[in-house]
Amino acid sequence: MKAGSNLEKILSKGLFAVTGELGPPKGNDISVIKRKADLLRGVVDAVNVTDNQTAIVRMSSIAASHFLIQMGLEPVMQMTTRDRNRIAIQSDIFGATALGIKNMLCLTGDHHTFGNQVDAKNVHDLDSLQLIDCVRTMRDQKTLMGGEEKIEGEIKLFIGAAENPFGDPFEFRAIRLAKKAAAGVDFVQTQCIYDMNRFKEWMKMVRDRGVHEKCHILAGVTPLKSGGMARYMAKNVSGITIPDEIIDRIVKAKKPAEEGIRLCVEQIQELKEIDGVHGVHIMAIEWEQMVSRITEMAGLSPRPALE
Amino acid sequence: MIKAEQKPIDEILKYLEPYNKILLAGCGACVTVCHAGGEKEVSLFASTLRMARQKIGKSLEVIETTPTRQCEPEFALELSERVANVEAVVSLSCGVGVQTVVRHFPKTPVFPGVNTTFLGETMDHGVWEERCQACGNCVLEKTGGICPIARCAKQLFNGPCGGSSKGKCEIKRETDCAWQLIYDRLKALGQLHKMEEIIPAKRWGVESRDSGPRRIVREDLKV
Repeated sequence: MKAGSNLEKILSKGLFAVTGELGPPKGNDISVIKRKADLLRGVVDAVNVTDNQTAIVRMSSIAASHFLIQMGLEPVMQMTTRDRNRIAIQSDIFGATALGIKNMLCLTGDHHTFGNQVDAKNVHDLDSLQLIDCVRTMRDQKTLMGGEEKIEGEIKLFIGAAENPFGDPFEFRAIRLAKKAAAGVDFVQTQCIYDMNRFKEWMKMVRDRGVHEKCHILAGVTPLKSGGMARYMAKNVSGITIPDEIIDRIVKAKKPAEEGIRLCVEQIQELKEIDGVHGVHIMAIEWEQMVSRITEMAGLSPRPALE
Repeated sequence: MIKAEQKPIDEILKYLEPYNKILLAGCGACVTVCHAGGEKEVSLFASTLRMARQKIGKSLEVIETTPTRQCEPEFALELSERVANVEAVVSLSCGVGVQTVVRHFPKTPVFPGVNTTFLGETMDHGVWEERCQACGNCVLEKTGGICPIARCAKQLFNGPCGGSSKGKCEIKRETDCAWQLIYDRLKALGQLHKMEEIIPAKRWGVESRDSGPRRIVREDLKV
């Protein structure tokens, strides 16, 4: 075991993993975390805690992850390279692991001009690949980045990353995942999938390179709440493609939210059958109450309780 | 070359409120090429300043000059006599030229007349784009001759982020994704293997300006 997290145990036993997502409050109101935690407890194996997603200022991922542990859930602490240089990154990793955080997702982060602090100076001292390399060095070499300096204590982290099979250039997307695997990533969560054909094509390229044997791939899904949301995401979110037939299905449905849940369950069932997909990452944005229904309908409930 | 844009006239007028006689100094190099501070712009800018001050009944005498370059001591020193006869200088040179003039004339206030924006190339008449951030250790060999430090909004070293869509950057739709350009170029050159290599973290603290202003000393050129 590299970190001994619940997520690592599930995946290394060959079980199909389920992760969820939680956005910390835009302030210090812990009741927001508690409300979302209550909806996800026992429903997923681990919960991603976002790091100022879309560059909107929120409670730090480390602090929110710490509260989740106290509430009996396992966090996947997200960390972006947007806001921290390598000094802050390594210092935060010391703090996070001391607080009991065992999973970390290495991200570049959404550009700060999408958020509410557009005048900020962005950092990008490292990119996400270099961050993976940094964490792996801290864990396996037990030294700081680029140095011989020994770390006091042990950094036990199960290292994750994101990948977007729907970004361009498409032919490079599998190569990029291979680079992340070479840098030392243990698991990968993908951008939300609607274009199943493209995802399958990407998975084939991933398998051809043998990358699915080097890291665990969790397929990302986001249930669509309404036709408006489907249209908005298809039009405005770069790197997300939603086929017209899916938009039509939600738009024409009598109860679009119900249809969105049904679609999400069908997607999970289809993803489960793809060789190399070891789990699913459910990103129910401000719709956490639906996650338990989705996992039940998809036959992913109850979650295994491992020692 | 260095690219610059003129500051708003109101900002300059505010700097010049206490003065009645100034030197407006252009530069014959980069800012001439990008039409921000050459002889022609000096002439236009001088007229605008004079008219604006006349309008409020507080006339301003503006001496015009455009040395070959402001960033070389010998050209800056050519301004000595003219600087001695004015209360302040407005420089339409880049930030380098402004500071060369500042260094040589310790007793005269010197104000910037342009915003120095970037090191870039000419794309079309009146269109310039950033190409280099003078990072101190050129990576163009690894990236097919296209710079991800200057041209990727996240300065990524190992391929495009998830926001690269149909060749464009998600941050500004008119901007080409630098990593799409790199991919296309390396593919055309049969060098895609270069994109499979992990480029390690850059030594910003040693190579770039993060350890303060950089300095080049060439012993062979010293006299």
